[in-house]
Amino acid sequence: MDLRRSRTAGWGRVLAAVTVVGLLAAACGGSTTSPAASGPGPTSPPASAAVTDAPPGNLVAGITSDADTLFPWKATQFQSVAIVGTIYGTLTELDDKLDVVPGLAESWQASSDGKTLTLTLRAGVKFHDGKDFSSADVKFSLDKIREEATAAVAASSLASIEEVQAPDPGTVVLTLKNPDAAILAGLASINLAMLSKDDTEEALGKAPNGTGPFAFKERKPNESITLAANPGYWGDEPKLATVEFRIIPDETSIVAALQSGNVQLAVLDDPLVARSAEGGGITVTKTPQLAYHVLQLNARRAPLDNVKVRLAIACAIDRQQVLDTAALGEGSVTGPITSPAYRSDPTARPCPTRDVAKAKALLAEAGLADGVTIKTIVSQGEYATSVNEAQNLQAQLKEAGITLELEVMEIGGFVDRWLAADFDAAVALNGGRPDPDTMYGRYFTSTGNLNKVAGYSSPELDELFAAGKTTADVTARKDIYARITQHLEDNAVWVWMFSSYAYTATTAGVSGFIPMPNASLQYLRTTSVN
Amino acid sequence: METVLANRVTRRVVEAVLALLGVAVLVFVMLRVIPGNQITASLGTEASAALTPSQEAALRAYYGLDQPALAQFFGWLGNVLTGNLGISQRTGQTVLDMTLAALPVTIELAILATLFGLLIGIPLALLSASRPNSARDAVGQLVGLAALSVPSFLLGAALLSLVSKYLHYNPSAQGFARLFEDPGLNFQQMLFPSLVLGFGLAAPIMRTGRSALLEVQTQDFVRTARGKGVTALRVQVRHVLHNALVPIVTMTGIQFGYLLGGAIVVEQIFSVPGIGRQVLIGLQQKEYAVVQSTVLVIALLFVLVNLLTDLLYRLIDPRVRAS
Repeated sequence: MDLRRSRTAGWGRVLAAVTVVGLLAAACGGSTTSPAASGPGPTSPPASAAVTDAPPGNLVAGITSDADTLFPWKATQFQSVAIVGTIYGTLTELDDKLDVVPGLAESWQASSDGKTLTLTLRAGVKFHDGKDFSSADVKFSLDKIREEATAAVAASSLASIEEVQAPDPGTVVLTLKNPDAAILAGLASINLAMLSKDDTEEALGKAPNGTGPFAFKERKPNESITLAANPGYWGDEPKLATVEFRIIPDETSIVAALQSGNVQLAVLDDPLVARSAEGGGITVTKTPQLAYHVLQLNARRAPLDNVKVRLAIACAIDRQQVLDTAALGEGSVTGPITSPAYRSDPTARPCPTRDVAKAKALLAEAGLADGVTIKTIVSQGEYATSVNEAQNLQAQLKEAGITLELEVMEIGGFVDRWLAADFDAAVALNGGRPDPDTMYGRYFTSTGNLNKVAGYSSPELDELFAAGKTTADVTARKDIYARITQHLEDNAVWVWMFSSYAYTATTAGVSGFIPMPNASLQYLRTTSVN
Repeated sequence: METVLANRVTRRVVEAVLALLGVAVLVFVMLRVIPGNQITASLGTEASAALTPSQEAALRAYYGLDQPALAQFFGWLGNVLTGNLGISQRTGQTVLDMTLAALPVTIELAILATLFGLLIGIPLALLSASRPNSARDAVGQLVGLAALSVPSFLLGAALLSLVSKYLHYNPSAQGFARLFEDPGLNFQQMLFPSLVLGFGLAAPIMRTGRSALLEVQTQDFVRTARGKGVTALRVQVRHVLHNALVPIVTMTGIQFGYLLGGAIVVEQIFSVPGIGRQVLIGLQQKEYAVVQSTVLVIALLFVLVNLLTDLLYRLIDPRVRAS
């Protein structure tokens, strides 16, 4: 500690010297930079003065890496999804509580047998290139997404569609193979964005063309992506003239950029960095995320094929302790379902609090009183807390006679092993979805594409998921997913631990932005800056 | 004499080509040994798992991963030799264009950093060597040690955070300005990163310089110069420093070569779109062509800088020319 202090004291002089030089440079450079920096400012107020009282501002949002694609059907990276989400439109949308609300489809009507869904499209919507949006574009998009060759990442959300018809420009009829209660929430995903029938993937990769509140303006690879307000947007016209996503690779540097006022909005992951941003005119808002931290158990491998062993593990873990130790307590303990509307009760589990004696008794019942070793894979580098979580789990489980043998590896190796289900247990951070069927159907139904990774299926779960998919009544549906939660917890299929926060940092002049649990930046359309 | 030089040059060129080929093979193999590929890197875990076999085959063909490794290697190498460094599927740009944009930035940063390194390192070396084992030597050595031990990410992040927080000055966050587009802003943006790099560079320069100076100081001609009544400063600079330059130039050349490889950490902290970030992003996205070609360009530069350093000796020191 002393050493560090003396070192920083030594730096004082260097810092001071550097600061002076920097300020001089700033003074010299000021005149050359200001016209360039405020370029769009002076030109925009006259154009839109008639529409709003305050002149629309220009917002700069800091992001840590460039979007890896601007093609909505293939966007999975956070930055890509967030940016594409402001450019394109979807048939339905989610509000800030993740409830389904109308989007490009103004209303919809399901037939009594639930197998036909008729969507009425919003009239007068145009793509950014000026073309009219109509049912032909919807049919084109939905058909194309379902083609295997397109390799659209959310094609499985449309698996229940038999046929898409466009009887007139304002109407789309979806014929379903079976009733699908999850499809409306699914259609809100930006991965199912509506494209113009005249566009191709190649063209859109360079010049995105959507119906969203902002239109693509300019991209400098690895430096910035700039969008401009879409004056013809069907909703309220955005209050911002432009949004620039500026790539600042390091979160600490983003905080510095907020503090200096060069960046006005950023979403941060690292709780420590977020804490360092607080104060000095910067507001940091915490939003619980859908993604969940979990100890995945592979119930197809001995000894975890014995439910008592799995329950022993679940009982020997204090989830709050993992959260406090590994993630500074920044998050909340969660059950399987993290979506606000269907959220699982985190206390409704066989051992709501840690119970080492019970864990030991369960192990003894399983004939493993002498202890058991579980090979656990852990990724390093993908998210900050993985190794700390694993180590805390290891320490807690040791007290119950369970040895976690940790295999820490780089993310690429982890993914290969994870996909091959080549593990007894895995410490993972898995993404969540607004609808519980889309979130877990792929994992816990015996035909789901991630069932191998989930390591568990049962006829009861298959039935419940099938019922959840075909039940349109919200209360009945909630009940079904509560039963799924209970089944997952009673059988200790996995050990769900906690979900963490995303931190939205904004500077003093920013208002109207609403952070979303799915990390969408869609409310940039209601954001203003002065 | 002429043939000796010609032989020497030929040998250096052959060595350089072999070294580059070695680098090419090494990078190629390493990239493929690392788990994961461009499909998993761009789609993410869950989406990759959801791909059907035919989708996966289509994507493998798209990224050229369906070819045998040898065909991939020679295909790429053949393209490189004809000036086609490949393409980044992510940005749609050619690697050549990306490199042409990133390289001048890195060269500018390397030159400025080297200048700062020399400006800090050589005076420190002179200070230390002027009276070995004295208090001023201790001060010089201590600063040198600090420069060596403080990692650039700490110094860089501290500098950036403090100046941003208390002075609200942060040129790095204004969007990168290229040298010829906006020299004023460009200079401000380059100042901190090159200072941080230069400070780190000052340590080896100072240490090499100090020992070289001490060695030269004990030689007879220095005593003669002092005996003739030449002033202390002039002795130090004109006689001692000049004769101690060869090891300093060697060290600076090597360090400059490393800097041309991109200062990944400093480029990250200060958002400088240089060659180091290009490699890093290529690695993260598993864009094989980007990484392979960029690393090859870096290796080529390193070899060139070493050759140039050799030539510099001949300019500085007539004894090298004579031998």
